[in-house]
Amino acid sequence: MHKNKSHNALDILKSDVQTSLRSSVKNIDSFTHVRGESLYVDDVNVRQGTFYGVVFDATIAHGKIKNVDYSKAAQLEGVIKIFTHKDIPGANEIGGIIADEPLFAIDEVHFSGMPIALIVAESEFIARQARRLINIEFEELPVITMAKDAKEKNSLINKPRTFKLGEPEDVFKQCDYVFEGETFSNGQEHLYIEAQGAYAEPLENGNIKITSSTQGPTAVQATTARVLGFPMHKIEVDVTRLGGGFGGKEDQATPWAVMAALATFHLKQSVKLVLNRHDDLRMTGKRHPYESSYKIGLSKDLKILAYEAEFLQNAGASADLSPAVAERTLFHATNSYFVPNVKATVYSCKTHLPPNTAFRGFGGPQGMFVIESAIAHAAKELGVSPIKIQEANLLNENDEFLYGQIATQVEAKNSWNSAKTIFDLKSLENEVEDFNKNNKAFKKGLALMPITFGISFTNTQMNHARALVHIYLDGSVGISTAAVEMGQGVNTKMLQIAAQVFSIDKSKVKIESTNTTRVANTSPSAASSTADLNGKATLKACNNLLERLKEVASIELKVPVDQIELKDECVYVNSKKSELTWNKLIFHAMAKRVALTENAHYATPEIHFDKTKEKGHPFAYHVYGTSITIVTVDCTRGTYVFDDVKIIHDYGKSMSEGIDLGQCEGGLVQGIGWMTMEEIAYNKDGRLLSNALSTYKVPDIFSVPKNIEILPLETKGNDMAILKSKAVGEPPLMYGIGTYFAIQNAIRAFNPNYTLKFHAPMTPEKVLMGLYEN
Amino acid sequence: MIEFILNNKTIKTSLPSGMTLLDFVRYEQRLTGTKIGCREGDCGACTNLVGSLNEDGTAVSYQSITSCISPLGNAHGKHIVTVEGTNLENKLTAAQNAMKDNYATQCGFCTPGFVVSLTGFALSNTKKTTDNALDAISGNICRCTGYKSIERAAYQLCEKLEHSDSNISMDTLIEKEVIPSYFKDIPNRLKAIQSTQQPNSNKKAVYGGTDIYVQKADSLIDGEVFTVGLNPDLKGIKIEGDKCTLGAGTTVTDLWNHTELNRFFPNLRKHLKLVSSEQIRNMASFGGNFVNASPIGDMTIFFLALNSDITIQNKDGNERTIALKDFYKSYKTFDLKEDELLKTISFKLPTKYSKFNFEKVCKRTHLDIASVNSAIHLKIENDTVSEAHVSMGGVFEIPKYLHKTSDYLKGKTINPDVIIKANNILQTEISPISDVRGTSDYKRLLGRQLFFAHFTQLFPEQFQLNDFVAHA
Repeated sequence: MHKNKSHNALDILKSDVQTSLRSSVKNIDSFTHVRGESLYVDDVNVRQGTFYGVVFDATIAHGKIKNVDYSKAAQLEGVIKIFTHKDIPGANEIGGIIADEPLFAIDEVHFSGMPIALIVAESEFIARQARRLINIEFEELPVITMAKDAKEKNSLINKPRTFKLGEPEDVFKQCDYVFEGETFSNGQEHLYIEAQGAYAEPLENGNIKITSSTQGPTAVQATTARVLGFPMHKIEVDVTRLGGGFGGKEDQATPWAVMAALATFHLKQSVKLVLNRHDDLRMTGKRHPYESSYKIGLSKDLKILAYEAEFLQNAGASADLSPAVAERTLFHATNSYFVPNVKATVYSCKTHLPPNTAFRGFGGPQGMFVIESAIAHAAKELGVSPIKIQEANLLNENDEFLYGQIATQVEAKNSWNSAKTIFDLKSLENEVEDFNKNNKAFKKGLALMPITFGISFTNTQMNHARALVHIYLDGSVGISTAAVEMGQGVNTKMLQIAAQVFSIDKSKVKIESTNTTRVANTSPSAASSTADLNGKATLKACNNLLERLKEVASIELKVPVDQIELKDECVYVNSKKSELTWNKLIFHAMAKRVALTENAHYATPEIHFDKTKEKGHPFAYHVYGTSITIVTVDCTRGTYVFDDVKIIHDYGKSMSEGIDLGQCEGGLVQGIGWMTMEEIAYNKDGRLLSNALSTYKVPDIFSVPKNIEILPLETKGNDMAILKSKAVGEPPLMYGIGTYFAIQNAIRAFNPNYTLKFHAPMTPEKVLMGLYEN
Repeated sequence: MIEFILNNKTIKTSLPSGMTLLDFVRYEQRLTGTKIGCREGDCGACTNLVGSLNEDGTAVSYQSITSCISPLGNAHGKHIVTVEGTNLENKLTAAQNAMKDNYATQCGFCTPGFVVSLTGFALSNTKKTTDNALDAISGNICRCTGYKSIERAAYQLCEKLEHSDSNISMDTLIEKEVIPSYFKDIPNRLKAIQSTQQPNSNKKAVYGGTDIYVQKADSLIDGEVFTVGLNPDLKGIKIEGDKCTLGAGTTVTDLWNHTELNRFFPNLRKHLKLVSSEQIRNMASFGGNFVNASPIGDMTIFFLALNSDITIQNKDGNERTIALKDFYKSYKTFDLKEDELLKTISFKLPTKYSKFNFEKVCKRTHLDIASVNSAIHLKIENDTVSEAHVSMGGVFEIPKYLHKTSDYLKGKTINPDVIIKANNILQTEISPISDVRGTSDYKRLLGRQLFFAHFTQLFPEQFQLNDFVAHA
């Protein structure tokens, strides 16, 4: 037992957190969620005569289609029609950034799982049986699965990009130590438990309504319109909620919705297309694998003077969101560290894998893994703890990021020092050391992971949102925004904002589905920014309504507006309750013909980025934090358990502590999964081997850390964040990176001959091989 | 005709018995709270409860299953409970409140599965500890929460159930708002169904369905299946003298719950916990595991080391008995004719001289398929090994009984030298291939390590890891 004063502080902090959690708002969907009454795409009541679609896809990764024979499949009883590229009235090319992705393959296939046709039948079962009856012949072409091979063959999605700060080339010469190495981080399957899907219904005049499980309703609408050759207003996209997204439904929810709509367009019937899990795993892209190299230069006092990184991003067969993901890798190439001289280059390499796509962190984690690897490498060579190097280089106020933004309200050191003192790092290190001295068959490892994550879409023009707020004549409120609820609790936050501004009970507010006819031209729910952007728009709309209502109250009560306040569903004058209730006020407003609907637009101020110079101020603010991870490795079996992850996280002023804690814990565990047991495997022919839940393992309840402690950092919050409550969706994922290095430290404690490797994930196989390598 | 009670409703259906229970509840009954996640029993989003009438007909015992790989025919005579069947009017049950209060639901898609599993835990006769509650949800995957909030929910539920020992009466559970009141009448209502004919046919035999529905559901779901699990002749664990006989339709849970066998195998639950999730243990049968013939079947490896015999019956009722180790011929081929059915498994019970251990390593410790698994059974009398059986999976085209290694150990006094030499022999008996579960080099090394692990595990006073390997 160790005792010291910080423990007392820790107990107080923990009890504060417990108290705020008890009173914190619950996810507004909880009630229907736990009763199984929440509706997802596949739960929507289907119309009579609905048909079902199954996608026929490529069985090889690269080749020419020599011949396809659909005749047997088409003749199967119950098959309605098989659609191919020939049935597309508009454009066959989809893709948000670069339209380089065919909806249906024409004469060539570029990845195994690439859609070739859509079989529509009376039931999904029949469509699936029909799929087996299709005969296809290919002329196989060479397959590239690795980014390095693609780069060598100059198979690139777009031009490489380089961010540069200072003069790294010159400064390397002045460094006392320079180390170089290579890293690999594998992809990651999103494994949203609700697979991709959409339901298309015909409306009058050839209009189509699509219920989609998408993070980007506008992407679905615009792409469907383009493929059908329609104006956008003929397509309505509606989203109630997603059974998980994690980025996997930002861009890749689109093809299925478009296909369902295409079939509806031709058949004038409703069509449901919900992928089964195997199809989903095979046909959709994942987190990008990265093959990277680094060069790190340090001074004798462990300052990182220069850093160079080359990232080879495995983009897969088409652009998808890869260029944007690649960009964020560069933004986060130096993580929480100030490095005065940096050069970071990224190549989006075109391979024959399914197009890789957004995944929580969006390239940031891949960038951070490389600099953490470089630091671990340098530390080993110099015989110091990596913690020393990490600590010596943390960002300070007014430091310049490699993209030109000046760091302000920096909490890197604050979170680091807080983690060290509150969790008493010294005794944790001692415990690990003692354990390792006294145990032969088990070894512990410890690692710290600081994070700095920029908030905003890096594409400045996407940082906008709108909210449409109705106050109905009975005093109830309905809110539509561009935000898509996928478990992150954004609807709860929107509701909190309205209830707070109007000072009405939460039960009076309803959050509507996300629908393109109510809120148009939206950015996807992504980049951790959904609550900020849509929340700010909601806040603005509610405030505008509030001003109008105050004027009504001022006339009714014959007092100046500035003496009026709305509180607990009543009008207060000079802090004194009046007779005028919320409901009466709305009634008077109606009678006075005051608009009770408000539409507000919000665009993040101050941000800008110049791609010609690769400099600017792309982020509204940054989120900071530090994690301490302790693991135990079973040196007989090569397995591991995560004992502790202790985190100091910068929430700003959290507006929903329970929801934000859930985002942190969930993000962390997803990050741990990416770094440890989740292993995507393709064979050399580009066929997915980890093609089922029996071969792709995400964390289960027994494999998560035994103890996760997440405490808030005391900060002022940031005005650019909604109610000073900072974005929380993505940043915590990167705490998981600490697990990789903690395990590696444990291996070293067992096997002094072990050579450090930076090849994630750290599966039990790699651990065992490492424990016994010479 | 299949007849059962679904929530509070009696169902009589002539739909194919091979159809999955999941499709029936979702699409035929429009109970959409049961979600589709993977259709291979690996995520638990489709978890339902199956209530079976006890032998004396007075009570119903409930088990959780994954409805996605469960044939509708298996529901005959049972009480099937979906999340909707646990709902109270306008308020939440204890399990639901626990999930809500602790922020244990985010996107909500996996949530009904967790709620049903936790309700099954409340209904079960296990002690109401958080650890047991976690076992009950071991087959439920959540991609959003990171599980900590769900652990807190499990704790809250146990508190609500006052950490009771085992069985809580139906009345108490209804009073505590764990389940709705209609559960009380279920035993009587089930009795009425029990008397009717069991569904049967000469179609494809399905034991628990946990493998065949993963491998080839499409060949089963529009037809009839012979549901072995409902056949009482093929169920049950019998102990006569020093011999134990299990019906091929016996589930892993039946073994888990067997008091005497837990005495004979003190680490039984620890071993079985590695085998699968609770839902799958409730469904998966030994017969199914054996005829699946996976080179890495956990229970096969387990029973190989017990030197088990299997009895096979043909459709005329003729029986033959062979050693399990002789059953497998080559990859996925085994000694069973078209008209034959695996009937029982039997083995000699361990004595005071016996030492038994089971090891399994996979990417994820629980609810995963092994990279390598292994079992050992030693009899040691007067410091000498009088009997030795070692089996290993994932290292050969069939579940491997290691004849030479076992033979070598016989008559030896075990010491590090003997164990290291035995491993050298073991290494000649295995020929692992590289696949998604690991490279051949890894499996070879892991095979060695698990073999050593048997001895450090069985003789902790005598052997330590560093007796066998360098570095340590």
